[in-house]
Amino acid sequence: MKEKSIIKFENFSFRYDSANEFILKNINLEINKNELVILAGPTGCGKSTLLRSIIGLIPHMHGGEYKGKVIVDQLVVNDVKITDLAKKAGFVFQNPENQIFMFSIERDIVFGLENLGTSRTIMKERVDSILSLLKIEHLATKAPHELSDGEKQKAALAGILAMQPKILILDEPTSLLDPKTAIDFINIVNDLRKKIGMTIVIVEHRLDLVVGIADKLIILSNGKIIENNNPKQVLHYSNQLIPEIGIPVISRLYRNLAKSNYDFDNVIVTVKDMVKEMRRKKFND
Amino acid sequence: MIEFKNVNYIHVNGIQALKEINLSIKPKTINALVGSNGTGKTTLARHINGLLKPTSGNVLVFGKNTKKISVASLSKRIGMVFQNSNHQLFADTVKNEILFGLNNFETDSQIKKNRFEWALNFFDLKKYENTSPLKLSGGEKKRLCIASVLAWNPEVLILDEPTVGQDQVQKEKMLKFISNLNKQGKTIIIISHDLEFLWPLKPNTIVMAKGRIKKTGKMTDIFSDDELLNQTCLMRPQLLDLWMKLNIKEEPPGDITKATDAIRRINGS
Repeated sequence: MKEKSIIKFENFSFRYDSANEFILKNINLEINKNELVILAGPTGCGKSTLLRSIIGLIPHMHGGEYKGKVIVDQLVVNDVKITDLAKKAGFVFQNPENQIFMFSIERDIVFGLENLGTSRTIMKERVDSILSLLKIEHLATKAPHELSDGEKQKAALAGILAMQPKILILDEPTSLLDPKTAIDFINIVNDLRKKIGMTIVIVEHRLDLVVGIADKLIILSNGKIIENNNPKQVLHYSNQLIPEIGIPVISRLYRNLAKSNYDFDNVIVTVKDMVKEMRRKKFND
Repeated sequence: MIEFKNVNYIHVNGIQALKEINLSIKPKTINALVGSNGTGKTTLARHINGLLKPTSGNVLVFGKNTKKISVASLSKRIGMVFQNSNHQLFADTVKNEILFGLNNFETDSQIKKNRFEWALNFFDLKKYENTSPLKLSGGEKKRLCIASVLAWNPEVLILDEPTVGQDQVQKEKMLKFISNLNKQGKTIIIISHDLEFLWPLKPNTIVMAKGRIKKTGKMTDIFSDDELLNQTCLMRPQLLDLWMKLNIKEEPPGDITKATDAIRRINGS
């Protein structure tokens, strides 16, 4: 039987050894193949813990009380080695310095591929294509310490994408990028998802960058999932929206105007849509 | 109060990071330093507290040349919060992290005590008092870095990407807080890609590209300039964008509430 979901949490709870309280509480969640899913929520709500549980850093690297089950591409995370999971899911950390460490960016990308036992010819191809895809050919021979933080973020992504994981996990991947580069970054990843088929789970505070392309918006609060739906639905109709969520400015304006009986025909997520709507209403004529 | 005069800076690897920088930052202002990645923003900021000295040209801070004063004496008056929290945090507990700078720069024990309590409570760090900074989340680490610097009450505060990892509530808190600090007479310099965050502050804006200053001015003027935005990888804040596209002549609003009121008023509803 063909499974539709690629990541599945079943009654999953986790408490770090050092903590008294469970950081994730009875999570039930299914993420479908090739979906792009945004994970949002207040700082310290358990987002990073959830991500770590997918790639097996929890429980294999971080000890604690583990209840329930996490299944990643038919592997039960608790039962398999972390290296088996690494072949399925690539993780780009919040802090790129946790990730890139070789003496050149090229070597850094090769490192992951060598571990997967990739042949030399394919390795060369992959490195070249990923460098060009991310427009960082000029960084190939540079050492990590010569890069700006934004460049490090791209280099970290390159190392992961070269391995062509089925699942890509991104923990605030654009936090250090300028706005245009951030949009480029998101678009590149999204195009690649469509091209080679990839499931993406992304933690991103700047929702305006991702709501347009995401299939689902999951909101985590206090260790529990409080929303899991289409982003438009969540941003415009949810009663669960907690103030910590960075709702895009234009969506907040839409909600405000709609509340004050302003009559909209469509749900609005972009400035362009808002302008269109206003024009149609002969605004400011 | 802070003056850059024909400042050039060449890294040890031979790359020129700053080119002919001339800049004047006035006391008690909020300033935003924006531009694409690797364009020299952080390098420029590090010249203000003397961590870096110009290869040629001069930086004058409070009338003194940074080449002639120690980083320690500058740091007391100029607090800098680094982009990467891990470069800043080193103490064994949150408490000791906040106390470190405070102990170095403040002698009065009552003031020390008050400032410590204030810093701990302001950013919701009280519950972590005896926790290792390394155990905090990314956003919490950032708040700890800011709290530790503010504890010693510097006159100038430089924030390098303060909103990274912060949720909306923390961002709004930070916004109010920056604006309050400024009202109390502090000079603020923010390096940020988060233009939506900067927008309500209406800062003096300094745009950098490839080591040079491209333009300085009001945020509205700078972000109306399409060509400049293209050259510098910047995006227009959504409210300004909406105002420009709708051809509204009045000053674009700083926040949603004002924008809602303005639209309802103009629309006559």
